[in-house]
Amino acid sequence: MNIIVCVKQVPGTNKVAVDPVTGVLIRDGVDSKINPYDLFALEEGFALAEKYGGQVKTLSMGPPMAKEALKETIYMGASEAVLLSDRKFGGADVAATSCALSLGVGKMGEYDLIICGKQTTDGDTAQVGPELAEKLGIEHIANVTEILECDGKTVTVVCDLDKVHQTARLSLPCLITVEKDANTPRLPSYNRKKSMNCDELIKVYSVADIPEADEKKLGLSGSPTQVERIFPPEKNTDRTMLEGSANELSDSLYALLKERKFV
Amino acid sequence: MYNRVSQKDIEALTSFLSPDRVITGDNISHDYSHDELGGISQMPEVLVKAGSTEEISKVMRYASENKIPVVVRGSGTGLVGASVALHGGIMLETVGMNKILELDEENLTVTVQPGVLLMELAAFCEEHDFLYPPDPGEKSATIGGNISTNAGGMRAVKYGVTRDYVRGLTAVLPSGKIMHLGGKTVKNSSGYSLKDLIVGSEGTLAVITEAVLKLVPLPKITVSLLIPYDSIEKAIGTVPKLIKSRASLTAIEFMEQGTILFSEEYLGKNFPDKKSPAYLILTVDGNDKKVVEDEIDKVASLCIENGAKDALIVDTDERKTSVWSARGAFLEAIKASTTEMDECDVVVPRNKVAEFVLYTHEVSKELGVRIPSFGHAGDGNLHVYVCRDDLCDAEWNEKLEKAFELLYKKARELCGLVSGEHGIGYAKKDFLREDYGEGQLELMRGIKKAFDPDNILNPDKIF
Repeated sequence: MNIIVCVKQVPGTNKVAVDPVTGVLIRDGVDSKINPYDLFALEEGFALAEKYGGQVKTLSMGPPMAKEALKETIYMGASEAVLLSDRKFGGADVAATSCALSLGVGKMGEYDLIICGKQTTDGDTAQVGPELAEKLGIEHIANVTEILECDGKTVTVVCDLDKVHQTARLSLPCLITVEKDANTPRLPSYNRKKSMNCDELIKVYSVADIPEADEKKLGLSGSPTQVERIFPPEKNTDRTMLEGSANELSDSLYALLKERKFV
Repeated sequence: MYNRVSQKDIEALTSFLSPDRVITGDNISHDYSHDELGGISQMPEVLVKAGSTEEISKVMRYASENKIPVVVRGSGTGLVGASVALHGGIMLETVGMNKILELDEENLTVTVQPGVLLMELAAFCEEHDFLYPPDPGEKSATIGGNISTNAGGMRAVKYGVTRDYVRGLTAVLPSGKIMHLGGKTVKNSSGYSLKDLIVGSEGTLAVITEAVLKLVPLPKITVSLLIPYDSIEKAIGTVPKLIKSRASLTAIEFMEQGTILFSEEYLGKNFPDKKSPAYLILTVDGNDKKVVEDEIDKVASLCIENGAKDALIVDTDERKTSVWSARGAFLEAIKASTTEMDECDVVVPRNKVAEFVLYTHEVSKELGVRIPSFGHAGDGNLHVYVCRDDLCDAEWNEKLEKAFELLYKKARELCGLVSGEHGIGYAKKDFLREDYGEGQLELMRGIKKAFDPDNILNPDKIF
């Protein structure tokens, strides 16, 4: 079974500051990591490959440093990876990102299943996975919590639709996005880190390397969504400390909630 | 010997504190009769929920004058019955005194009340880019309880134990006198260190009502390795080599597959790797990425050269949570895996850890009783649990007694001590006596008498 898992490199902490003037994320000195949601996607991929045979390849789009995230997927068990890296891919919204990723998939040979994390911790749109499937013209389903079976022609999954769980069977090739905590992701292996030649295993493609790429559909110019402004949410540190016995506390808390019209 | 608590006493206590913080009779929850594991249970006659040093002073003065025993209790997470009111009397609960009073960034100290929970203190410090290094597994313990047992935890290899981080204490003597011991100074050669006598005294000398704790700057980078081995011998056998290699490790923990599986069941969460019979967890921290990476490289290769199957990298918050939350739940997980258990918290010289752990396997085989263990391989402190499972009363008592006799005897042979971090309390008194002999215990009794001439504070504990 050939599985492609899409990953994104995101800031290593949620305490990333935003430059108040330019509205750009201050990434200097901030470590990066694989989007935590993608770790669940990777684990689903590795578990499937172990169960049914086959291999997991990984795909990402990002600046050259995103190669580090792909290296980590190799330490975890991926056999090879593709990085789409070019300034022309930069500034992409979900539509342009899915377009680029679909070109990347085209560079990765035959595949049966594409797995994505449900969303990213820095963008939180949860749209790239399904849009990629649309671009590729394959079936897809989101919020998968469990893969029940895969018979070579179809894959049967359970997905969380908030109030109900749905079991669905999709024809291969297809795309699924995996819900948080669907599994416990494996850890990167030091042995693999020492033994795998990542420079050979990770192919980096620019727009020029992909003849069918249409620059008008990529990066900032291919993005129908334009970001007007990024700003950190206002921080309100006002605190009211209530003191007293349990009875006094409950009385004053109730009075406060009533005054602010919460009850 | 002691006076029972009378209505008059209740009225007196109620005059010191608001009436809703003086609880009597059936209104006292059964939880206050025991701790997590001490194997002893006794209800206090009155439960007093203290709110301030002054209140505690009044309660202690009254108890002293009226010869009523007092036992101080934090979260009740102890394991040796130290906070059980053996003689009834007053239980003084300090969990309500849970304020973080001051963060002094110029002296690198934090001043806290005793009821602050370890997890609250850790989060507060981290939020301000500091680290309070002691890191016992039980995060819902109070800092007062941690100081009382001189708790150690997982970072002791590099940073030491609770005692090393207590700069000053405000403590109330049994007479009611309020003492300020130590302070914010880094050095102190001013007479006997009374503060250090109170640290680890298990609530027998004074009531801790405030503590000044030393902090260190939060290391910017922390990376752990989860290292699988195909035998516990190989895993623990690597530890002396790691120590000898002078690697700067923050933690060296060992665990066996069985314990991981209990933990998975207990938490309902899978551990990232459980295929191997034994594991070490190592942690390196620091501020320079390259230095930390080099150190990780060094210890990972050393472990692999010494028989490790791999070294799995635990470097992001999510990965740390998946490994360390399981490690933190081991005690509870083993407890949930059996009908009853008792523990042995011995500490042995670090190069004897492997010998001791293998000996627990022998004892387990010899007595036909399950004895899982885990612990701080890097500082020689082991947590060994004798599990009852399906044994009947008579068999259990016999096997437990025999197991403890053998285990503590072995620890003595290896120049170890009865307790590394859980204390003596009520449950381990006999073993301490065997270890120390009369000479040391007599000195301890003398110290106890100097602090507590009427023997009203947590009587009949430790010795």
